[in-house]
Amino acid sequence: MIEIKNITKSYYPGGVEAKVLKGISFTIKDGEFVAIMGPSGSGKSTIMHILGALDSPSSGEYFLDGKDVSKFSDDELADIRKNKIGFVFQAFNLLPRATVVRNVSLPLIYAGIPKKEREERAIKALRSAGFDESRFYNLSNQLSGGQMQRVAIARALVNSPSLILADEPTGNLDTKTGDIVLGTFQRLNAEGKTVVLITHEPYVAEHAERIIHIKDGSVLEDKKNENKRVIKL
Amino acid sequence: MDYSDLLQETTFALLSNKVRSGLTILGIVIGIGSVIAMIAIGQGAQNSIQASIQSIGSNLIVVMPGSQRSGVVSAGRGSATTLTQADADAIASDISGVAVAPDITKRYQVIVPGQNTNTQVIGTTPEYVQIRKYDIAEGSFITSDQVRSMARVAVIGPTTASDLFGDGVDPIGKIVRINGIDFNIIGITVSKGSSGFLNQDDFLIIPITTAQHLLAGVDYVSTISIQAPDQNSMADIQQQITDLLLARHRISNPQSADFSVMNQADIVSTASSVTNTFTILLASVAGISLIVGGIGIMNMMLTTVTERTREIGLRKAIGAKKRDINLQFLAEAILLTFAGGFLGIVLGFLLSLLISNFMGMATQVSLFSILLAFGVSAIIGIVFGYYPAQRASKLNPIEALRYE
Ligand SMILES: Nc1ncnc2c1ncn2[C@@H]1O[C@H](COP(=O)(O)OP(=O)(O)OP(=O)(O)O)[C@@H](O)[C@H]1O
Ligand SMILES: [Mg+2]
Repeated sequence: MIEIKNITKSYYPGGVEAKVLKGISFTIKDGEFVAIMGPSGSGKSTIMHILGALDSPSSGEYFLDGKDVSKFSDDELADIRKNKIGFVFQAFNLLPRATVVRNVSLPLIYAGIPKKEREERAIKALRSAGFDESRFYNLSNQLSGGQMQRVAIARALVNSPSLILADEPTGNLDTKTGDIVLGTFQRLNAEGKTVVLITHEPYVAEHAERIIHIKDGSVLEDKKNENKRVIKL
Repeated sequence: MDYSDLLQETTFALLSNKVRSGLTILGIVIGIGSVIAMIAIGQGAQNSIQASIQSIGSNLIVVMPGSQRSGVVSAGRGSATTLTQADADAIASDISGVAVAPDITKRYQVIVPGQNTNTQVIGTTPEYVQIRKYDIAEGSFITSDQVRSMARVAVIGPTTASDLFGDGVDPIGKIVRINGIDFNIIGITVSKGSSGFLNQDDFLIIPITTAQHLLAGVDYVSTISIQAPDQNSMADIQQQITDLLLARHRISNPQSADFSVMNQADIVSTASSVTNTFTILLASVAGISLIVGGIGIMNMMLTTVTERTREIGLRKAIGAKKRDINLQFLAEAILLTFAGGFLGIVLGFLLSLLISNFMGMATQVSLFSILLAFGVSAIIGIVFGYYPAQRASKLNPIEALRYE
């Protein structure tokens, strides 16, 4: 369960305050599939980083499963990220000189999973992200944007997190593969995982149960998605 | 993250930038290699000096001019004029059972037609050959008659002989010229072997009277060598010599003696302290290169941390703790220095082999210097890797991920 109350975030580029988030509040229950939608620069990634315990808000409160995240130490935050959260970053953030499998199994190293199991789980995650089997051992800087996207998704899934935070996960995919990825998220959601999908495309957002509309750092609209698109895989 | 993962991550990171890792390691390799080689040279010098001193002669007591201060050979040797032939004669006649050979030793340019060399010219008496354990290979040693008659004859050491006449040439009967005076070579000694800094085969021996009056123009002696009949009487004889010379020089306080009486053990310990200083000096010069190598490691690690900022951000985002990041970068630095240390030890071995083979210096690579090298390289890894690793571990994950 995610509860944020009146979250703000300011940056000070060149000493001048820039308010990126201006008091955002919402609650996401376990098992929900939520899309956060908004134009570029509206603060979506910033929200995702805060939800993912990667960044801290300038003010406001964040309760994750009832616990105040601002009270956690760095190591406890690392544990939360490791055990509960799977990130799909907008910029992928793969290790360029490492193979696909190595990239995907990286979170498992910190989770203390034995080597053999790591590889098996990485391959499973890659399959469920629809990644081309013949490229499992390619270096990740030899992949296309869409392929990297799927590696990034596989990496977010590999640790079976209860919360998946995906920042523009279909941004580099054509409609068909994009649909496969969205279908994957729907399947994971059906399996009980909470999914927060960040996008600027209404089409993508319509795959969620609920859409939170962000504009200029504020919640413009937060409502249930009446006509949810369902992808049958 | 367990240790095998850590090792794997570390080797992976280092191997993905082979050239840079290699160059950085090179600094440590050279540092450790030269420390080991330098210590090996020092140790080898020490060993060979000790061996040479042992081979000077057994049950040997040496009287040197100069104050007697805790066995420091060089103390007051500049005023080397306090011992005389008469002192030597007194020791020979007053103390029973000893063989005595005074000598006056100086370096001269020794000339033969078409060749010359600088060597030590030892003016002494016939007893010298026995006391200092020389063997005559060919010809004969100087005799008492020759000493009495200030004969212009010389016994030559094998090194000097080959320097002057070339290898395999019989020097007996040849003429050498020292300070314009011609000497007839009458004998050549058997080689005692040269090792390191001390060449025991490079000399000319001439009658002491000739050396004093024709060459140096003085009548003092530089040292008096005495051979005690056996090991047990050494201390007693040393004491007798001291008492005798104090009385002869009219000195009442033994502390202000103008000569020193030493046995081989004294000489060995003095020489050891000299070579120790020398070893430390060599090793610390080499140590400086090790520090430079360490700075190279730090430089590389700082560059690496900067270059891999995004990677560090990602690792933190997927659950790496400060400690994990810290360990990873520290491990990289330590692995670099260990690899460098290992190759450095190999290099040190090769260097000391080369030095002893091609420069004729004895060397000895000791276990101590290897352990030292390993210890030092580990410490360098930790010390110079610590700061970059700290820096990496303290990065804010989101800022690190945004880093371009
Ligand atoms: N570290 C930072 N320093 C200064 N300004 C920042 C920083 N991070 C984000 N911003 C600003 O905050 C605003 C929101 O950024 P954010 O990345 O959250 O946007 P977004 O909604 O994800 O946009 P997009 O759809 O293009 O990804 C932008 O105007 C950006 O310039
Ligand atoms: Mg964004």
